[in-house]
Amino acid sequence: MQSYEFGLYVFMLAAFLGFELVKRVSPLLHTPLMSLSNAISAIAVVGGILVTGDKDATELTRWLGFTAVICASLNVVAGYLITDRMLKMFRKREPEKK
Amino acid sequence: MIQNILPAIYLLASVGFILAVKWMNNPATARRGVIIGEIGMLLAVIGTLLRVESNFAMIFVGIGIGAAIGAPLAYLMPMTAVPQLTALSHAFGALASALIGTAEFYLRGPHGFTMAALSLETLLGYLTTTASIIAFAKLQELMPTRPLTYPGQNFVSLGVLAAAVVVGVMMVAGTPAPWMFPVFTGLALLFGILLVIPIGGADMPTVIALLNSYAGVAAAAMGFVLDNKLLIIAGALNGSAGLILSIIMCKAMNRSFTNVLFGAFGQLQPVAAGKTVQRPVRSATPDEAAAILDSARSVIVIPGYGMAVAQAQHKIRELYDALSKRGIDVKFAIHPVAGRMPGHMNVLLAEADIPYDKLLEMDEINGDFPNTDVALVIGANDVVNPLARTDKTSPIYGTPILDADRARTVMVIKRSMSPGFAGIDNELYYMNNTLMLFGDAKNFVAGIVKELAGAH
Repeated sequence: MQSYEFGLYVFMLAAFLGFELVKRVSPLLHTPLMSLSNAISAIAVVGGILVTGDKDATELTRWLGFTAVICASLNVVAGYLITDRMLKMFRKREPEKK
Repeated sequence: MIQNILPAIYLLASVGFILAVKWMNNPATARRGVIIGEIGMLLAVIGTLLRVESNFAMIFVGIGIGAAIGAPLAYLMPMTAVPQLTALSHAFGALASALIGTAEFYLRGPHGFTMAALSLETLLGYLTTTASIIAFAKLQELMPTRPLTYPGQNFVSLGVLAAAVVVGVMMVAGTPAPWMFPVFTGLALLFGILLVIPIGGADMPTVIALLNSYAGVAAAAMGFVLDNKLLIIAGALNGSAGLILSIIMCKAMNRSFTNVLFGAFGQLQPVAAGKTVQRPVRSATPDEAAAILDSARSVIVIPGYGMAVAQAQHKIRELYDALSKRGIDVKFAIHPVAGRMPGHMNVLLAEADIPYDKLLEMDEINGDFPNTDVALVIGANDVVNPLARTDKTSPIYGTPILDADRARTVMVIKRSMSPGFAGIDNELYYMNNTLMLFGDAKNFVAGIVKELAGAH
């Protein structure tokens, strides 16, 4: 099997899995869900690292890769932190007040 | 050595991402999901760094800059600005995919299937970048939030997209000429701008969700270009999450994708002759409103974007406390498209420390309205307009709404009688059991709270 053919199967299965999982997320958490999924797809940072660190890299591709690493790692950091900051706010019962 | 363990690391990272999304289904497990997602990300980045052959310094500087901007952004930003930040992060994510695709194009000049994936990656990447920047500008109100339209708009937009697709196909089919890739990039960037300019503020939840999906699909396409299954899985998860959310948003507005994207919804409706008469409304002061709330047994609060604008959520929490202390049952009814992004109201109310089991979805709470003493509408408009049920000629006809009009008394906090984002008048305001509370949401709620405290 060609590598890309294999990849298409992976994509198809992951997309269906995503549908099934996300369907169960309560509307309560739709905003954090979006920031989390955005953080997850910032895994593009891996692509940025590979392009920047490629030994055949030209001046142009290195700088493109460098910019991509900045953008993606910004999303990784901001995405996870903001998701966690939001989730911390969701509490079931009121904290005891004096 | 690292070549052998790297696939295992990527596999573990994929498991982490899948669990992260899975655990989001419940507020009790969601934070655990974030942690496992972070671990997955960390593993993948370290594993990839071990494989890299050169340019370490540059990579570390890049990660450092990204983290140095990202961390303060996440901590300092007020919760009311979440929609803007989300739009901005879609722009960054999509730009990263697009730039990597561009670098790959000039580095290896791929062809066949890989080139097709690369074209999709850069097309979606660049168009999502500019589209998200425009969405950001509209949410931040750097640009007018009403739709900007001109004659032949859809024709021009689709023409630009078609031209981009033609150039893309030419690059895949033959050897790309030097002019092709820059032109392709330019067309994609331009289409992104044209796509969002005609979209009004109230449609932002759908558009943000859709752009989220595009950014994910761009990342997955990158996975095909780089032959990296982890990217494919992460991108597919994000792509399907964004797609589901945008479908939910469309359903909640009774609209189709085409209508949201090309309908330029939300322009002021030309007022029909004879309908311009000022109709009488009943209004009330904070102390009158407080007296009505005080004698109620059940209250449902309906927040909308106006609550976010006025930053009224903390005052509403004080009202919630004051009423709960009197033994009054207070619940919140959240329409799926209230606010500017999916789940916007929930985040704001959670920030104000309102327990999340009091925040109810439309389907859960609509049956309760007829047995409710007071429906208090704060900054919401189109989502409580009864015309959606009755007037077949109305542009919002058929939209699922919160049945606020069925409560015994309706109170609406609003600045003035101006129409909402759909640009149409709201029947609710003219009903006999409706009281209009004119003023800034935050100040008005504060006034009610003060009266309640004094009466005790």
